[in-house]
Amino acid sequence: MSATIDGRPIEARAGATILDACRDAGLDVPTLCYLETLTPVNACRVCVVEVEGARVLAPACSRRIEPGMVVRTRSPRVDLSRKLVLELLGSSVDLSTAPTLEPLMREYGADPGRFGPAPATVRQSPKVDNDLYMRDYSKCVLCYKCVEACGTDAQHTFAIAAAGRGFDAHISTEFDVVLPESACVYCGNCIAVCPTGALMAKHEYDLREAGAWKPEVQTATDTTCPYCGVGCTLTVHVQDRRIVKVTSPLESEVTRGNLCVKGRFGFEYVNKTG
Amino acid sequence: MVFGMGGGTSSYQEMEETDCVLLWGSNARETHPIFFHHLLKGLERGARMFAVDPRRTSSAQWADVWVGVDVGTDIPLANAVGREIIAAGLVNHDFVTHATEGFEAYRASVEPWTLARAASVTGVPAAVIRQMAHEYARARRAMLCWTLGITEHHHAVDNVLALINLALLTGHVGRWGSGINPLRGQNNVQGGGDMGALPDRLPGFQHVENDEVRQKFDRAWGVTIPPKRGWHLSGMFDAMERGELRAVYVIGENPIQSEADQHRAARLMDGLDFLVVQDLFLTDTAERADVVLPAAAGAFESEGTVTSSERRVQRCRRTLDPPGEAREDLAIIFDLARALGHDWGRPDAESVWNELRVLSPVHAGMSYGRLDEHRGLRWPCYDESHPGEAFLHARLWERPVKGRRAPFHAVEHTAPADALSDEYPIRLTTGRRLAEYNTGVQTRAYASPTRRGETIDLSPEDARQYGIAPGELVRIVSRRGEVMAPVYIDATLRPGLAFMTFHFPEQVQTNQLTIDATDPRAGTAEFKATAIRIEKAPAAAAAT
Repeated sequence: MSATIDGRPIEARAGATILDACRDAGLDVPTLCYLETLTPVNACRVCVVEVEGARVLAPACSRRIEPGMVVRTRSPRVDLSRKLVLELLGSSVDLSTAPTLEPLMREYGADPGRFGPAPATVRQSPKVDNDLYMRDYSKCVLCYKCVEACGTDAQHTFAIAAAGRGFDAHISTEFDVVLPESACVYCGNCIAVCPTGALMAKHEYDLREAGAWKPEVQTATDTTCPYCGVGCTLTVHVQDRRIVKVTSPLESEVTRGNLCVKGRFGFEYVNKTG
Repeated sequence: MVFGMGGGTSSYQEMEETDCVLLWGSNARETHPIFFHHLLKGLERGARMFAVDPRRTSSAQWADVWVGVDVGTDIPLANAVGREIIAAGLVNHDFVTHATEGFEAYRASVEPWTLARAASVTGVPAAVIRQMAHEYARARRAMLCWTLGITEHHHAVDNVLALINLALLTGHVGRWGSGINPLRGQNNVQGGGDMGALPDRLPGFQHVENDEVRQKFDRAWGVTIPPKRGWHLSGMFDAMERGELRAVYVIGENPIQSEADQHRAARLMDGLDFLVVQDLFLTDTAERADVVLPAAAGAFESEGTVTSSERRVQRCRRTLDPPGEAREDLAIIFDLARALGHDWGRPDAESVWNELRVLSPVHAGMSYGRLDEHRGLRWPCYDESHPGEAFLHARLWERPVKGRRAPFHAVEHTAPADALSDEYPIRLTTGRRLAEYNTGVQTRAYASPTRRGETIDLSPEDARQYGIAPGELVRIVSRRGEVMAPVYIDATLRPGLAFMTFHFPEQVQTNQLTIDATDPRAGTAEFKATAIRIEKAPAAAAAT
């Protein structure tokens, strides 16, 4: 179907979202809670665009494109909205391990300091309650990706969900129990989709705490998991001749970025012999 | 045996688009978690699922129907499903007529397996057998998937044939979303077989007793290959027993702890003239070796390929250098060849792979470049323009059928070799847990928060009957050995059924209990069916 984005006529696939159409046309729309392997939840409002004739801004990640639609991905209204969203996040959340947000802040001129010297924050102590991963909700932007990956979009374990309302909304296990008492099976598929480092493998967390996390010297090499016969692609991150992290590519037809506990964490035997 | 190539027929993607899944003897939720993601997508789209398993596993909890079959009665169940499909007029006659042979003999063989008789033998209610038969046969697309619950029996091959018969009856093979799939338990079980690590196969799953095939390899390699099949693993132990096998070279296996009837395995390996073990670790088997060759970790420190349960050949890459004197398997084997007077040149995984591509038509199109580009390719892949096949045996739907018809195999029930008795009244079955792997040599190095060590899992009813508390240490006795283990009470088990893993041999040597009764055609021991009794440990018995 035909539509217009930023003054350019485009042809979009049936069922495509505005975001799909933009990306197909080579136009960049920033996202935060969106991931191609997850169902859009429209939580972050970073991807909003202006649709001519519409009263409110539309989330590009989930609004389907329609014939004749006229879309503006940048306009004073869009930019103001994105700037405000980023400022609210930046003022209340620790974004120190969210590398994708920093350039956005700059691009939109976001000033998280403008809400005064002591804005409300979600600051709290990191939860370290098991040997495989930690949760630092000071860094959580409530994008819901972890909930979706743990739920119907991938893992179907349902160990976590959103609890509370308004500013008190947060991601929680049932009754806020520690992970070892929850339904968690430690696949780490939540870590894999977390955009801010709120969820992190304990291995990485410990190295960062010790000032020994050095992404600039790390290599990332794809191999195939040594365990069962499913054949999951592992991207093996190596630093100083030791495996420090394992991920899987979103583009893999087999995994779509997901792994099980052995694939994601079962590499220590290689380090122990090394 | 039925179709000519040994491999799952379907791609994972098809699990998402099928209408009915029979998951038979597989706890894929825990043993193949990412495969289960694809299955879950299918369930989300409305597929029906039957989980055939003596245990109400975490996989069965996702099923529409849990089919709680008694251990070792899969053939009566499958034959009754087949009989019901025939009796209800649900046979795909077009497919049976054109693409199969032996239907009449099969029909006669399953005739005695009425629903009532099967119910009494299998423990599955007649109505459930009937429902499974009708839903599987009527589904537009249906998948049959199994794992070691089918193959770790003394009649492993017959079990598989009994399942394949159902796919032939209904035409649920050779089409998108319909297939029969063994889920492989190790990352290269499929690839090992494909590469000729079977007693009767050359690389490319080509039969060593086929003169034409063998001569092709003779010419390529400049040698004369022995024209007879060798021994499979259980056959090797039998040959050790007879004194015919005196030297063994073990690569990446820990048979002392992974083989059934461990006392016998240890005795036979101790009696060898010469044992070489090539491994990452000084395993219990390596401890007994005359020579230990330290090896690099296959998936992380070596170049090569592995083949998955959907026949996808994928690369393994050297992500870091192996420690100390450890070397890649390929380099060790090349040096061994040189020491034996054969210079194969420089060990290079891609060159070896390209040699395979010349000799194995189904791999011919899989250059390293294409494997990289496509993130692996599924065999068959005949040339460099071939995309690889998502599913196998489409030929069975051509009219007239292309190639050999798929034969039905009439198979008869035989009870597990280790019979239950008054002395050994409990059926022990073994398997894996999510976070652990085999004898634990790899998994014990990482800190799994769910690890609870070895236990003997008992039903609440049995625990009550024996007066056993959770965590209590008990003695478990089989006809071959005895071990001590703490009790874990598991409500997914039925009375008379116990479960153990073999992940923690340093704590409990579970395979001292198991029986090495083996299917002579497959060489897989009957790990799934051991007769045991539970005894309260002396201290606990005195205290109560």
